[in-house]
Amino acid sequence: MQLKLSPEDAAFREELRTYFTTKIPQEIRDAVADRRELTKEQFVQAQQILNAGGYAVPHWPEEWGGRGWSDLRRHIWHEELQRANVPIPLAFNASMVGPVIAAFGSQEQKEKFLPRTANLDIWWSQGFSEPDAGSDLASLRTTAVRDGDDFIVNGQKTWTTLGQHGDWIFCLVRTDPDAKKQAGISFLLIDMTTPGLTVRPIELIDGGHEVNEVWFEDVRVPAENLVGELNHGWDYAKFLLGNERVGVAPVGATKRVLASAKKWAGDQLEDPLVAGRIVELENELLALELTALRVAANSADGKPHPASSVLKLKGTVLQQAVSELVVDLAGPASLASGAVDGDTDLDFWTRRATPAYLNLRKASIYGGSNEIQRQIISRTILGL
Amino acid sequence: MDFTYDDEQQALRDAVRGLVGKKYADFENRRRTVADDPGFDEDLWKSLGEMGILGLPFDEEDGGSGAGPIEVGIVAQELGRVLAPEPFLTSVVLTGGLVAMTASDEQRTDVIGALSSGERVLAFAHHEPGSRWSTSARAVTATRNGDAWTLSGVKEPVIQGARADQLVVSAALPDGGTGLFLVDGADSRRNGYATHDGGRAARVTFTDTPAVPLGEVTDRSAEIALVLDGSRIIAGNQAVGAMEVALQSTTDYLKSRKQFGVTLNTFQALNFRAADMYVALELTTSIVAWATMVLAEGTPDEVADAAARASLQVSRGGRHVGQEAIQLHGGIGMTAEYAIGSYTSHLTALDHLFGDGNHQVGVLAGRVGSYDEVDPLA
Repeated sequence: MQLKLSPEDAAFREELRTYFTTKIPQEIRDAVADRRELTKEQFVQAQQILNAGGYAVPHWPEEWGGRGWSDLRRHIWHEELQRANVPIPLAFNASMVGPVIAAFGSQEQKEKFLPRTANLDIWWSQGFSEPDAGSDLASLRTTAVRDGDDFIVNGQKTWTTLGQHGDWIFCLVRTDPDAKKQAGISFLLIDMTTPGLTVRPIELIDGGHEVNEVWFEDVRVPAENLVGELNHGWDYAKFLLGNERVGVAPVGATKRVLASAKKWAGDQLEDPLVAGRIVELENELLALELTALRVAANSADGKPHPASSVLKLKGTVLQQAVSELVVDLAGPASLASGAVDGDTDLDFWTRRATPAYLNLRKASIYGGSNEIQRQIISRTILGL
Repeated sequence: MDFTYDDEQQALRDAVRGLVGKKYADFENRRRTVADDPGFDEDLWKSLGEMGILGLPFDEEDGGSGAGPIEVGIVAQELGRVLAPEPFLTSVVLTGGLVAMTASDEQRTDVIGALSSGERVLAFAHHEPGSRWSTSARAVTATRNGDAWTLSGVKEPVIQGARADQLVVSAALPDGGTGLFLVDGADSRRNGYATHDGGRAARVTFTDTPAVPLGEVTDRSAEIALVLDGSRIIAGNQAVGAMEVALQSTTDYLKSRKQFGVTLNTFQALNFRAADMYVALELTTSIVAWATMVLAEGTPDEVADAAARASLQVSRGGRHVGQEAIQLHGGIGMTAEYAIGSYTSHLTALDHLFGDGNHQVGVLAGRVGSYDEVDPLA
């Protein structure tokens, strides 16, 4: 048992802190701190600066830009990004398709995609969910039928986050309609400018345009864009979803918002009910952060830790609870979400509070809903 | 940053688990032991002394075994797992801790030596009727007559107050402040009774009772606060041990108990509640492990902060696990014969020994505006 970081890890932390706070433009970091929606250019600029320093894809194989860090260092990296209000490298690139291509792709695919994926020269979208395949992802119905050197893809994906920016989309498609559910699925990379592919926005309850439907109508995809083996896509999807034991819980970002909330609260901090509520949230976040550290610091085998489900479950609950606190602190001013700068006397944070709160209701649904996480805990950890 | 126990610490855990497990793994043995005074097993207490367990927190030159909070926490976890009623937490960690911190050299050698060997049971007479969780004394006052001191007033509830060979008593000093005194147990008037979790407590009445100052006569509020903080963290370890077993018993029960012709783990509503118990246990385990490391390495201010934070989570998590454990067991969980309800009872006792969750929220709320965020790696 050892409380402090080793001197080397402490120096590492300091090095990251300096890089993140001096190299990433203040304007981008302010936008994150204010919980504004970032532009595509801001995402790209931040990731390219990180990539230049070797901080965009440290968990990839070293050959492709990885750093060979310990899980503890990766945890520190992830926390320091959030602490400095730096946008996390785009998950679709850095955490999802990149590791899959690096692990299962052909040499040509690696060379073609990985450097540009790390640098966000290609913006990837995720094509997994479908209207009838949510938590039950394996029931997906989008098909890919072999035709000479190509696949012909037909169907519909949905909840495609930031798909409006997407250059390429990685999809799970059904390539063997007769095989059992999981067995007939393949992992396909599709250029989003291909004829027959249409992206349609979905308006959400927060008024924003964050997710999309993606329609495929006889979309012709070169067979060389198949990742790994035909009909093994489910294995790669499981690898992708189970890949993470670090960065599962958005602890650092939630801590930043809570720290901001204390400033925004002003005189309301004198109210013991408000102060008590903040104390409870802060304490649960501390317990969660320490759990994330326990998982990160005690892992050497690189396998997903079953406690990852605890991190996802509790992490999203607390993220939502803090966003709810901010709405309550804003009070009646939280109604003014439609007011624009110059036409209002109300602070930006009060106007932003409710859209952010409504938006974050998604957190306990995506990436395996909290009910799925409870299922995982009760089955794989408790043996129920 | 390292949350793992080394080989020596694992060996300590195995040794303690073996010893207390032999006695209490069968819950019926625990029931028999707590049925009669003094509510614990004197032979087991002696064995713990011989093994060096009771001396773990103390320096070797005082008769202790010279270990630290991590080791003490391991022992508490193991006692918690089987609800061992031996007063390790209150007699050794709390009362012994006060003696080690404030006594004269001569007193320390005498008292710590006898405590560590298992010859003497100590109790801290500090709670007073009407008091909450304070670091000062009001109802018991100290009076000086020349070089001699006497105490008058009532302390209650005093854990193991009736059995204790020696009492450490907090008392209001004539010139203000709270002093600490040693009193022979037999010199006070004691009315002992059982606590709801099978422990023992007493009303202890002092009437011009002769008392010896522990070290110098001076305000000891700061020392009391510091030792209480350490005891909170060790109590958290004990609670984690009890919570682990409460969850394990509950999942075992869900897998074996049949209703409607099927085992209870057929029902997702029940499994999800068990999953939430696991979340509570994991969070509590993490924060208690962290606080124990702070106790081993931190400053008094850091220890005070960590103790409040850990106690808050232990209170919330312990209640959640304890209440759900009974609910998921159903009627059998209500019976004294079956172990699970006693776990809930003990967790409730630990929660109210040194300050419950709301008390800690009050403590922490007072300074919540004075810092930006909590950084456990700072």
